[in-house]
Amino acid sequence: MVMTPEVLTLSETPWLFTGVMLVKIAVAFVVTILIVAYATYAERKIIGRMQTRMGPTMTGPKGLLQPIADGLKLFFKEDIIPSQSHWFAFILAPMMILAPAFISISVIPFGGDLEFSYEGILYAVPMQIADLNIGVLFIVAMAGLGVYGIVLAGLASNSKYALLGGIRSTAQMISYELAVGLSIVAIFMLSETLSLRGIVAAQQLPLWGMESFSFIPNWYIFCQPLAFGLFVIGSMAEINRTPFDLPEAETELVSGFCTEYSAMKYALFFMAEYANMITVSAIATTLFLGGWGGPFYGWINFLLKVFSFMFFFIWIRATFPRLRYDQLMFLGWKIMLPLALANIVITGISILIWL
Amino acid sequence: MAANTNETMTINMGPQHPSTHGVLQLILELDGEIVVKATPHIGFLHRGIEKLSEHRTYHQIIPLTDRLDYLAPMSNNLGYVLAVEKLLGITDEIPERVQRIRVIMTELTRLKSHLVWLACHALDIGAMTVFLYCFRERECITDIYEKVSGARMTSNYFRVGGLADDLPDGLEGEIRTFAESIPAHVEEYEGLLTGNRIWQKRTVGVGEISAEAAIDIGITGPALRASGVDWDLRRDNPYCGYEDYEFEVPVRTGCDTFDRYRVRLDEMLQSAQIILQALDKLKPGPTLADCPKIVLPPKKDVVNNIESLIHHFKIVTAGFEPEPGEIYQSVEAPKGELGYYLISDGSSHPFRMKIRPPSFVNLQGLPQMVEGKLLADVVAVIGTLDIVLGEIDR
Repeated sequence: MVMTPEVLTLSETPWLFTGVMLVKIAVAFVVTILIVAYATYAERKIIGRMQTRMGPTMTGPKGLLQPIADGLKLFFKEDIIPSQSHWFAFILAPMMILAPAFISISVIPFGGDLEFSYEGILYAVPMQIADLNIGVLFIVAMAGLGVYGIVLAGLASNSKYALLGGIRSTAQMISYELAVGLSIVAIFMLSETLSLRGIVAAQQLPLWGMESFSFIPNWYIFCQPLAFGLFVIGSMAEINRTPFDLPEAETELVSGFCTEYSAMKYALFFMAEYANMITVSAIATTLFLGGWGGPFYGWINFLLKVFSFMFFFIWIRATFPRLRYDQLMFLGWKIMLPLALANIVITGISILIWL
Repeated sequence: MAANTNETMTINMGPQHPSTHGVLQLILELDGEIVVKATPHIGFLHRGIEKLSEHRTYHQIIPLTDRLDYLAPMSNNLGYVLAVEKLLGITDEIPERVQRIRVIMTELTRLKSHLVWLACHALDIGAMTVFLYCFRERECITDIYEKVSGARMTSNYFRVGGLADDLPDGLEGEIRTFAESIPAHVEEYEGLLTGNRIWQKRTVGVGEISAEAAIDIGITGPALRASGVDWDLRRDNPYCGYEDYEFEVPVRTGCDTFDRYRVRLDEMLQSAQIILQALDKLKPGPTLADCPKIVLPPKKDVVNNIESLIHHFKIVTAGFEPEPGEIYQSVEAPKGELGYYLISDGSSHPFRMKIRPPSFVNLQGLPQMVEGKLLADVVAVIGTLDIVLGEIDR
């Protein structure tokens, strides 16, 4: 007898639902934190190799304990709050930047359904914390919230370098969010859903409905290459990675908005940077590379794609110099925004003609 | 807020700042991100080298010159010993081998200085990898330094009338291998930077200075040659037998940061060429001039020969005493014209030694190169001027 799995709901099986939810949250959070920690290690190792260095080698075998040592060190450092700063905002800022980065993970589907039986009933659990029907909007909103952390850090520090860093990043994030947001619009038009799960499901079909080429999946990178490029470039700007790392441009603004921060608060900024990198990679994977679809078991595909994206970001950092503020604005408003709009128009026309 | 629109923000850039190349302090007046006024404040690294020199014998001053432009110590040594030799009138008595080795070592110094410049300049603009590539090659030069002089940075290798010691065995081959590898390495840096769109955007048209303005200020070296002025002391006022070598003086007319970058890279290739030519022409011979009253005798003679013992004693305790007079000698250091103005009153130490450091003069171009530009350009311009604070503050 083939049983159709029941969907867990809060109203019918409240305890089971809550338990499963907590487990999912714990797993997603712990995995993200671990990736954050080891992304720093991977970045140092990979860039080290690219720059004819070794990277960390001394702490633990092959330096594998380095992220933990770094964390411990920062944890025990003196936590300085400058006397001229606004203390409440100063403390709030690192939290405000880290929280949205982690929250965004909650709507990302990292695998298909997981089936298990409990008291004789077969249940299916989606490998996703929350399948919001406005998932993409939620992510865009959270990314926008992250700006406040940086602005607040810049203002609350009461330091000129931090202020400049804060102003730069506000302008930068707002301008690039626009291009990123518009580049995603083309995806909704094709998938006709805002749910990330729905978008992934739409990408599992054969490419452009051609049954004879069913081995090529209908990943949106194939029909939306321009949107993909805009999204990746815009995301790099939004997460302040090279070549768009102006807010914390070390050689110009000392450390930008986190100049005055020390100890664990400083570490939070760095965790946020890497968490954002993971989030952005996960979103790109979900929207353009078919999410968990691929040759291996669900979440393995997903993680592989996320890691490839992160490798790409690290690689870029080892290669490119930094753009200047005005050039950044020029690229954002005069090149990427019109391209994103044109992409929407072309997508719309194509849909009208062929679909 | 509307009332504040005309206000500018004054920002203290340095002396503790990651990209002011030492302890330069810039008082920047910013209107948003635009620099309205830039005022360099110098003197944080002042050690009174010129004044100290007045109380030391001529030989004791050489180690002080190492600390001027600490990224190019041998060029400083060379300028100073040439000045003293000119003061003593023994310029023609310097043996050929000494001349060749001096050229080889100062051209290696030029490479060393330019490598550090490129490394830091690229890092300032955000290209981190170039930094480490350049330091990999610089390491080879520091090793060569260590082998000839025992020190990796403060070489103190040249002497009035010659060299501290001959090149160690086998080093010529090592220098040749290194010089031959330079074109490939320069190609590697060019691959990362020259064609890079972002690098071009950050350097083309940034920090422009016209040839007239550059001459008015007195800018020398690669910064002058990138403004289209064909002037190189090695060719136009030769010393150390530079007239024997075939080399080109790279000149470009862009007047901007990008062309200064190109000029310096071309200079690195030319330096490698000069080193190879000098190695070809290098013949065995004495490494000290035959001037017993000026040059320390070999240790073997000091213990066996009474006359040498007396000379040794006199030179070490009292030094030598040039005729009263004054001279100016300049060399083409990696950063520009490095000049020494010496006044002798007939005693064993200079009455006055004035140093003309290229960085000090070149830095004067900074305000007009950055005013009206963006904050990020300040960093690029400091990098492209290639200043060393040890030389500016002395």
